[in-house]
Amino acid sequence: MSSPSKILRKVRLASFLERLIQERQVFAPVREGEVILIREIESPSQVVLEYPNAKESPKSVLFPQRETLFWYRAEKGKAEVDIPRDKEQGRVLFGIRPCDARGLLLLDKVFGGDCRDPYYVGKRANTVVVSLGCDDPNPSCFCLSMGGGPCSKEGSDLFLLDVGDRYVAEGVNEKSAALLADETFEKLDEETAALAEKVKRASGASMHPVVLKEKLVEQLERLFNDPVWKDLTESCLGCGICTYLCPTCHCFDLCDEAAGTTGERIRVWDSCQFPLFTQQASGFNPRPTVKERFRQRIMHKFSYLPETQTMPGCVGCGRCVTECPVNLDIREVVTSLSKGNAR
Amino acid sequence: MRQLTTDIRSIARKLLQEKKVQVVIGFERGSMPLRSRPCFVRKEEDVERLVWDGFCENTLAAYLPKRKEKVAIVAKGCDSRAVVELIKEKQAQREQVILIGVPCRGMIDRTRVEANVAPKRILQAEEREDVLILKGSDFEQALSRSDLLHDSCKTCTHPNPVLHDVLAGQPLVEKDGDSFSDIEAFDAMTSEERWAYVSKEVDKCIRCYACRNACPLCYCPECFVDASLPRWIGKSTDASDTTIFHLMRAYHLAGRCVSCGACERACPVGVDIRKLNRKLQKDVKALFGYEAGLSLDETSPLATFRPDDPEHFIVNP
Repeated sequence: MSSPSKILRKVRLASFLERLIQERQVFAPVREGEVILIREIESPSQVVLEYPNAKESPKSVLFPQRETLFWYRAEKGKAEVDIPRDKEQGRVLFGIRPCDARGLLLLDKVFGGDCRDPYYVGKRANTVVVSLGCDDPNPSCFCLSMGGGPCSKEGSDLFLLDVGDRYVAEGVNEKSAALLADETFEKLDEETAALAEKVKRASGASMHPVVLKEKLVEQLERLFNDPVWKDLTESCLGCGICTYLCPTCHCFDLCDEAAGTTGERIRVWDSCQFPLFTQQASGFNPRPTVKERFRQRIMHKFSYLPETQTMPGCVGCGRCVTECPVNLDIREVVTSLSKGNAR
Repeated sequence: MRQLTTDIRSIARKLLQEKKVQVVIGFERGSMPLRSRPCFVRKEEDVERLVWDGFCENTLAAYLPKRKEKVAIVAKGCDSRAVVELIKEKQAQREQVILIGVPCRGMIDRTRVEANVAPKRILQAEEREDVLILKGSDFEQALSRSDLLHDSCKTCTHPNPVLHDVLAGQPLVEKDGDSFSDIEAFDAMTSEERWAYVSKEVDKCIRCYACRNACPLCYCPECFVDASLPRWIGKSTDASDTTIFHLMRAYHLAGRCVSCGACERACPVGVDIRKLNRKLQKDVKALFGYEAGLSLDETSPLATFRPDDPEHFIVNP
């Protein structure tokens, strides 16, 4: 069920956000030092909407890097456990980019599928996603090649598109109804609707499909043991930038932080690029070098996830492309592998 | 620039032809404007991939530890100093490495370049002698190269390789000794202010370990943060853990850090990592008169013991 499109004038955005903040927790792009990050806002003036994309993906709003699963206390043979309660207040993830909204779809499948994760699912159900279409994609963006697009609405509840002095707001599903009911939104006129279509066409056309992936899954299976992985990964430093900034990477570790007989069990992000990720108690590591770890990242994203979750673990946001310290470009890697380039 | 590229290629070709090395580690053009990246050349026909420009910012010495084969490495001043330290610390053997020295005019900080033209997108960049010409879909702009350098390059006093086997191009004029002017303000702070500054910086850290992994001198087979039996520090981004990580790492690099700036360049979230390293560098210089990575014969001050070493801070704090 889709709501009709409306108009949100930029001059009225602040008052709209002001009302939203009164009712809900609002997370939006803000400037911190030299970078744009998605953070909870206290005032509309913090929000920066003319931005290529945030340095970190918005996944941390729903899947924090450190999350308490429960607190425990053990005394004289008795154990007590407390589970954190989520705030009743709803959340709005405002102004994120379409690639990141699409990334949430993968997290939904992983955390909300057969193995339901109450921590993620609880927060997610309570969150309205308002995405902002890209009218000027970055050279590092490749969402189109990953099945999305600069104006894709997948994963969004409400989709905004900048058409000059106003945004066109398209309700994607019923979750957006409460927001669209706000007095700020005006009826969409034909002229603005036509302008929105023009912006969409232009932004799509400005992107070049850069990744060939038609035969990727079968090539990946064939190339698993090929020495080509060593060549592809020779410059890899083995850091966790690509996985930690990725909107779809979701691997985690569980550990206890204890003091005496009390403590908490926490969930923290983990990365397949780290040696400890697969280190076994015996000391043996089945993925001993960056070659195996990098291969795992590519296999997981482009072979295992398409099979188990029906979508790749990549939405083409380009963060790993721009932030990799050695410019190890996933677009080139995937293109080369899908062509079947063995050593 | 173009001449240096030509020189590096011909040196690399000769080394591979004469089988003096199995691999040449240098730079190739990256996949985006303002990027060059490490590359590993093993065949003569691949030497044409090698380039030299203002974006060869990676510290290639980081690829040296644990290598078995004979390697040639394209080395800026900072790379050469890192190689010196690695040899001294027995992580590489002198006869295993051929240093292709390249006098370095400083590397360009792309975030600085991008900030200059934001929010416009750079689609093409051309480097001339002292200017960088940027082109986008609707603009062309020239920026002065010297305004765009990385912080570590601004304070660098060793633009020429301190150790090389063959030199590409001509040596540059050496700079005066390090004045540490970049940390004057930090030095002048009270310890409370310094703590507040460091806390604010490490608060940004996401524990991706890019700083550690990009560092040529961070080669421990097992980093203390990865130890699990026992576990020294927690795995989260809790302030106590990120602070311990950065402080321990800085201290472990005291008297060893060659100030290449690889840590800061690799950091995706802009933690001012070098502040701690620079402070320790200054202290080591003041206390021991030592600058890391300048000579193979000098003993590293924190890797040696003298009976007259000061110890009043231990026995009578």
